[in-house]
Amino acid sequence: MKKLKLVMVGNGMAGVRTLEELLKLAPDLYDITVFGAEPHPNYNRILLSPVLAGEQTVDEIVLNSWAWYTENKITLHAGKKVVEVDRVKRIVRAEDGTEAPYDRLLMCTGSNPFMLPVPGKDLKGVIAYRDIADTDYMIETAKTHKSAVVIGGGLLGLEAANGLMLRGMSVTVVHVMPWLMERQLDDVAGKLLQKSLEDRGLKFLIGAQTQELVGGEDGRVKAIRFKDGTEVAADLVVMAVGIRPNTELAEKMRLHCQRGIVVTDTLQTVTDARIYSVGECAAHRGIAYGLVAPLFEQAKVAANHLAQFGIGRYLGSLTSTKLKVTGIDLFSAGEFMGGEGTEEIVMSDPFGGVYKKLVIKDDKLVGACLYGDTVDGSWYFKLLRDGRSVGDIRDKLMFGESNIGDTGHEGHSKAASMPDEAEVCGCNGVTKGTICKAIKDKGLFTLDEVKKHTKASASCGSCTGLVEQILMFTAGGDYSATPKKKAVCGCTDANHQDVRDAIRREHYLTHDEVYRNLGWRTPNGCATCRPAVNYYLISTWPKEAKDDPQSRFINERSHANIQKDGTYSVIPRMWGGHTTPDELRRIADAADKYQIPTVKVTGGQRIDLLGVKKEDLEGVWKDIGMPSGFAYAKSLRTVKTCVGSEWCRFGTQDSTQMGKDLERALWAMYSPHKVKLAVSGCPRNCAEAGIKDVGVIGVDSGWELYVGGNGGIKTEVAQFLVKVKTAEEVMEYAGAFLQLYREEGWYLERTVHYIGRVGLDYVKKKILEDAEGRKALWERLQFALDGEPDPWFESSQAQVDVRQFTPVAVVDDVADKATQAA
Amino acid sequence: MSNDNNNHGTSSEWKVICRVEDIPVLGARRVARPVGVNVAVFRNAEDQVFALLDRCPHKGGPLSQGIVFGTSVACPLHNWAIGLEDGCAKSPDEGCTPRFAVKVADGVVHLDSNELATHALDLASPVAGPANRACLPEDTTA
Repeated sequence: MKKLKLVMVGNGMAGVRTLEELLKLAPDLYDITVFGAEPHPNYNRILLSPVLAGEQTVDEIVLNSWAWYTENKITLHAGKKVVEVDRVKRIVRAEDGTEAPYDRLLMCTGSNPFMLPVPGKDLKGVIAYRDIADTDYMIETAKTHKSAVVIGGGLLGLEAANGLMLRGMSVTVVHVMPWLMERQLDDVAGKLLQKSLEDRGLKFLIGAQTQELVGGEDGRVKAIRFKDGTEVAADLVVMAVGIRPNTELAEKMRLHCQRGIVVTDTLQTVTDARIYSVGECAAHRGIAYGLVAPLFEQAKVAANHLAQFGIGRYLGSLTSTKLKVTGIDLFSAGEFMGGEGTEEIVMSDPFGGVYKKLVIKDDKLVGACLYGDTVDGSWYFKLLRDGRSVGDIRDKLMFGESNIGDTGHEGHSKAASMPDEAEVCGCNGVTKGTICKAIKDKGLFTLDEVKKHTKASASCGSCTGLVEQILMFTAGGDYSATPKKKAVCGCTDANHQDVRDAIRREHYLTHDEVYRNLGWRTPNGCATCRPAVNYYLISTWPKEAKDDPQSRFINERSHANIQKDGTYSVIPRMWGGHTTPDELRRIADAADKYQIPTVKVTGGQRIDLLGVKKEDLEGVWKDIGMPSGFAYAKSLRTVKTCVGSEWCRFGTQDSTQMGKDLERALWAMYSPHKVKLAVSGCPRNCAEAGIKDVGVIGVDSGWELYVGGNGGIKTEVAQFLVKVKTAEEVMEYAGAFLQLYREEGWYLERTVHYIGRVGLDYVKKKILEDAEGRKALWERLQFALDGEPDPWFESSQAQVDVRQFTPVAVVDDVADKATQAA
Repeated sequence: MSNDNNNHGTSSEWKVICRVEDIPVLGARRVARPVGVNVAVFRNAEDQVFALLDRCPHKGGPLSQGIVFGTSVACPLHNWAIGLEDGCAKSPDEGCTPRFAVKVADGVVHLDSNELATHALDLASPVAGPANRACLPEDTTA
């Protein structure tokens, strides 16, 4: 088959990323030709500042070597600027006359620096700061000249100024606005930044308006003159006042341009469907993005369509700014300037160099500006993006996520000061050095990529902020853009809510119906989506939808917890933590008979037998003769209780009985995630009900109910829901809350996160204010749980495939050969 | 199958393991060997059968206990996706587990007895529990 011809104009990061994605999907579809105006292969433009500062070399920031182009059979015309495209004959022409015909054209012309239109702007020694040539020019100039002026106190200008200062020049930054980086920082943070940079030796002229650049006799700039008539000497003037999408060629081609080349959600130009555009030159829904992460999202979508897969839409990105200027941490997102109808929470420690401002509107976080301590930036960004009500955590908001319980990284909050061997991700044992190495060696740019390659922050996620910081100073720039909609997994674009809604609305009862109608790209899902879909089916349509054991994680398929060596643990149910000598004898006998190596008391007031061989599971269950503890399942685990009024001299209520009743009523209750309850008989709360999904605390006049507690990765204190008088009411309110969570929670979302998403007020409305709705929820839960079989003893009703417990074959007549081979 | 016991080094002899239906759709079963780690036999939605050493290249998890999807299995320990056809981890994870030849004839699954006897005997399953703990000095004197 004759290959199609793809020509790319522009050899920058977004374009080459598109090619990389395309080569992964359809390596043989196109003959690819690339034109780049610069005489270099694709390099990381964000890292020009470290090159200028002498921290890295040009070679170190190259992303795709010359060999990469050869290996992928890409014809690269580096140093050839495209000046003409004939859209009728479909031919691209470069300055030197090189031509290339195309079937598809990818426009990645990026952006141009904006030059102030002042007299003298064309003098020798006046440059912009955009590419390797500019950087080299600055490095050379610093060797022979003394004074430099940088016009523009934004990120790029400050980086240039810092670099030139480190190269030995005396640098003045001229900024027309009232404070530095006014688009990313408020006035307080901007002034803190200025102070800190002044301490390092930079000079600033804030509010100064440039009149003209004055040239010397040699035709080189020698000074900058301001509107007020004052002058500052300058052998070098760097303009860093902003960038504009480079649409010069596109306009010549008569492509529709408005603040960039206008593209659709498939990244095709609106004028010509054969022509795609990604990167800083492309205007999507009116926005030309300048950060790496959104551009890489665009690259993914464009590649998908170029590969003729025809799926995926780019829907825009939310971005935050997280910048690193010469060792100073900054973060800002949203409406950080505040304004009408907003409230501000401010923490300011100018001496310590820390400033934080949070902007709240209608009980939601709408903006944040952080200076000096940015580890919570990603947490604030998440709150902002989710639009979560922050009323309940308002008093703690300022102190960050770590303040509300956050473990696993030794309390580190500043990645820069961590040594290489320090552990960043406590879940997966990933050190800072490992992450840095992976980022450099494998050319990683986004948090997702780092997660995939190193597993850092891939488990509990509490070190996400640290990993982002490491990404920032290792790869440079900003990487925290997030898709607006998070899909269940790579199999589909639908998110959890879409799937839940569709199953209920369309009365889907099978996996196939879901996959077919919700655009799954895989025939039978994956290990991420299948368990979720299975839960949604059976929880939405109990007694109708059929459970699919092959879509359950092994623990729920074998009804025991798999251990690191492939053996299992068995935890029988002890209602409310209550047991008998007879049960203990049977457990002891089974432990002896099956040579179970470890017997341990769990945190949930029961006994764990660890190291049971899979072949022995059925025997152990039978010998113990106690119900399944469901300690392996996303379901009710235990109801922890204290002794209560039956024995305790302080007890006010019979908490043990209450716990047992709850546990019997909720037994075998599958849920989005595990569910733990506790009942304490008095406010001393010995059952630790404050960190349970549902905590019940007996008081003299009745029972208090708390919901959404969690003792895990982030310790979350349960929130007060209601006080009731009778045990029956405890059952009804607790049951109704859990059923609401079962019906609306997303798979693997604990109650605390569910409540965080919908808000406690919503839960109260459903459970407290709507008596009929509450009773209906409680009834639906009882209907769903009625007659649920015990998987340990009623295996066929529980759809347990008992064939799994024995090997399908035991081969021993090959033993002779084995002996010979050994 | 033939009953003669001649063991030519290169001869392959197909050993009957089970019927295809004995393996759940999108599931797996274990084949116990006299020596060495078990072999896992998998069945996908198209009734294709694959066989791999029952040991994830990552931390040795039993792949037979994983969730099967497409032509992959997710290891039950840390969710690495292992290709059923080549035994290799999906990028960016790295590593492969040994494959075993499979023959399906008239709905009966066969493995190569020579491979069962000799293949990947150097690999062991992970160890957990008290046996895993370093011996304390008083233990060694006992």
